[in-house]
Amino acid sequence: MFDLDRWQEIWITITRNKMRSFLTAFGVFWGIFMLVVMAGAGYGMQNSIISGFDGFAVNSAFFFTNRTSEAYKGFRKGRSWDFQNEDLSILKSQVKELQYISPMLLGGRRDNNTVRQDKYGSFHIKGLHYNYTKIDPLDILKGRFINEIDLEERRKVCVIGKKVYEDMFDVDENPIGQLIKVNGIYYSIIGVVEPVVTNVNIGGNNREAIILPYTVMQQTYNRGDVIDCIAITAYSNIPISDVEEKVKSILKQKHSIAPNDNQAVDDFNAEKMFKMISNVFTGVNVLIWIVGLGTLISGVVGVSNIMMVTVRERTKEIGIRRALGAKPLSILVQIMNESLLLTSLAGFFGLAAGVGLLSLVDMALGEQEKGQGFFLHPQIPFSMAVTAAVILLASGIIAGIIPSLRALQVKAIDAIREE
Amino acid sequence: MITLKNINKTYNNGSPLHVLKGIDLIIEKGEFVSIMGASGSGKSTLLNILGILDNYDDGEYYLNKVLIKNLTETQSAVYRNKMIGFVFQSFNLISFKNALENVALPLYYQNISRKKRNLIAMEYLDKLGLKDWAQHMPNEMSGGQKQRVAIARALVAKPQVILADEPTGALDSKTSVEVMEILKEVNADGMTMIIVTHDPEVSRKTRKIIHIKDGVIGNITNND
Repeated sequence: MFDLDRWQEIWITITRNKMRSFLTAFGVFWGIFMLVVMAGAGYGMQNSIISGFDGFAVNSAFFFTNRTSEAYKGFRKGRSWDFQNEDLSILKSQVKELQYISPMLLGGRRDNNTVRQDKYGSFHIKGLHYNYTKIDPLDILKGRFINEIDLEERRKVCVIGKKVYEDMFDVDENPIGQLIKVNGIYYSIIGVVEPVVTNVNIGGNNREAIILPYTVMQQTYNRGDVIDCIAITAYSNIPISDVEEKVKSILKQKHSIAPNDNQAVDDFNAEKMFKMISNVFTGVNVLIWIVGLGTLISGVVGVSNIMMVTVRERTKEIGIRRALGAKPLSILVQIMNESLLLTSLAGFFGLAAGVGLLSLVDMALGEQEKGQGFFLHPQIPFSMAVTAAVILLASGIIAGIIPSLRALQVKAIDAIREE
Repeated sequence: MITLKNINKTYNNGSPLHVLKGIDLIIEKGEFVSIMGASGSGKSTLLNILGILDNYDDGEYYLNKVLIKNLTETQSAVYRNKMIGFVFQSFNLISFKNALENVALPLYYQNISRKKRNLIAMEYLDKLGLKDWAQHMPNEMSGGQKQRVAIARALVAKPQVILADEPTGALDSKTSVEVMEILKEVNADGMTMIIVTHDPEVSRKTRKIIHIKDGVIGNITNND
């Protein structure tokens, strides 16, 4: 039931009292503005962090060795132990759910461990299997990654991270086939990589790593058949937590570790970590909504309060209107509509200002390097804007209820009562 | 036109106060009447009842043969709008509306379109010589002009009766005379006019003076 004339009447009342209307509207403007900006910031943070995990195999786990905590089969407790090459084949044959498995050797980052001509630097040294990229994907910028033959023939080759390339080579120099000395041994460079995932680093960031075939690393570092870490992924329809337990018990059995020893095998479960992160963001979002709605409610209370004062101030006007023949309903509708119009106008300005500010921030951030910024695309989804609009309309009505009931109590007789 | 039969009104604020003690009054169509009395005599209460602004306890009030009794707020709003035009001592114009909008307001509550009611309102402003002031706000006008706007507003809905409560109370003597002349002219066009006042200068201009004292009607004098 749209009545143009009524809205004109309301619009005149609002615009002829600019200061009053502005003050009334500001609370709601501010509430919705804060809600949008905070939610946008939350989403920006979330986007930034989640983009740093993008591409990482969720269904994956990493295993490390630790000292035993139980005496078992004649071994004392507190014994150190290591994974061995044959563990890989045992796991592969006994755990059918395993999709990929990659051993990992970590060489640490000693001071100036890498030299090439007149350049030197300190980088992480890792020994990997070619399957590793199935778990933690790497962008190949130049050349290729480690292959089966490299592992088999123990070729002295390496793949370097982007940062290593930038530090050890001149701009636009071709690194492929060049030699680089790592801890006293020369390796031929076969590729340059950049990590896809920036927020998960195992054994150091791959941008700053020199990656060797793990068999080569075992040989050149005199590590025998020892492996520091085993990385696995399960088939996508199998929860990694199930596989994790199976792998652990096989490893314990193989290495004579008590089945109830909870310390000997350390592991890192990506699924659990992602779940935790998503829980953190659910928490952050709930907090944002609580604070935002709180701000909005205080805005609505402000509107209601000012409308109350307004009604009191307008007792005479309302009385005159009543004397001239305004029905109670028309006064009720008038005050409600004023409240509704003010809150929704102010709210939509607040919504627009909030989204505008977020867009400005987004533009100012520009195309930042991946994983570098705190924020990435701080925006609110359309559904949230719609929710906010609905909340606004509802709060406009709520804000109007008490003042319009108060206005109803104004009798025409009040208009002619001389003060 | 107006018939009051044994109207009684008691206010119950703390101790009951019997304000109107059986008012019987008949006012014919086209009369020009003033109601006079000291403060506390009950003349304001009588005006409120005549204007359907207040209820009464006992008796009967017929306005244009309609019994005005126990009406809902909505019904009384409709009767006020259609049958009664008010002129107040302090003008009671809406301060953020210009003269034209103020005059048009009663028509707004009759759901008459903006275009049409502004046309009618302009006609009445013109009658009262305020055509050039239509777009002015009340605070830009003199007291006399404001009261003329108020009279235009009282007339615009073509009511049965005009109730004026001390219409010259806030005006200087020269303007008072002008306003009374206007009310006289309006009455001359056939409008029933009831003025409540305590000013003998004002009541002298009306044709019939009803004296009210302690809630009962005293003597009625004719000025012819």
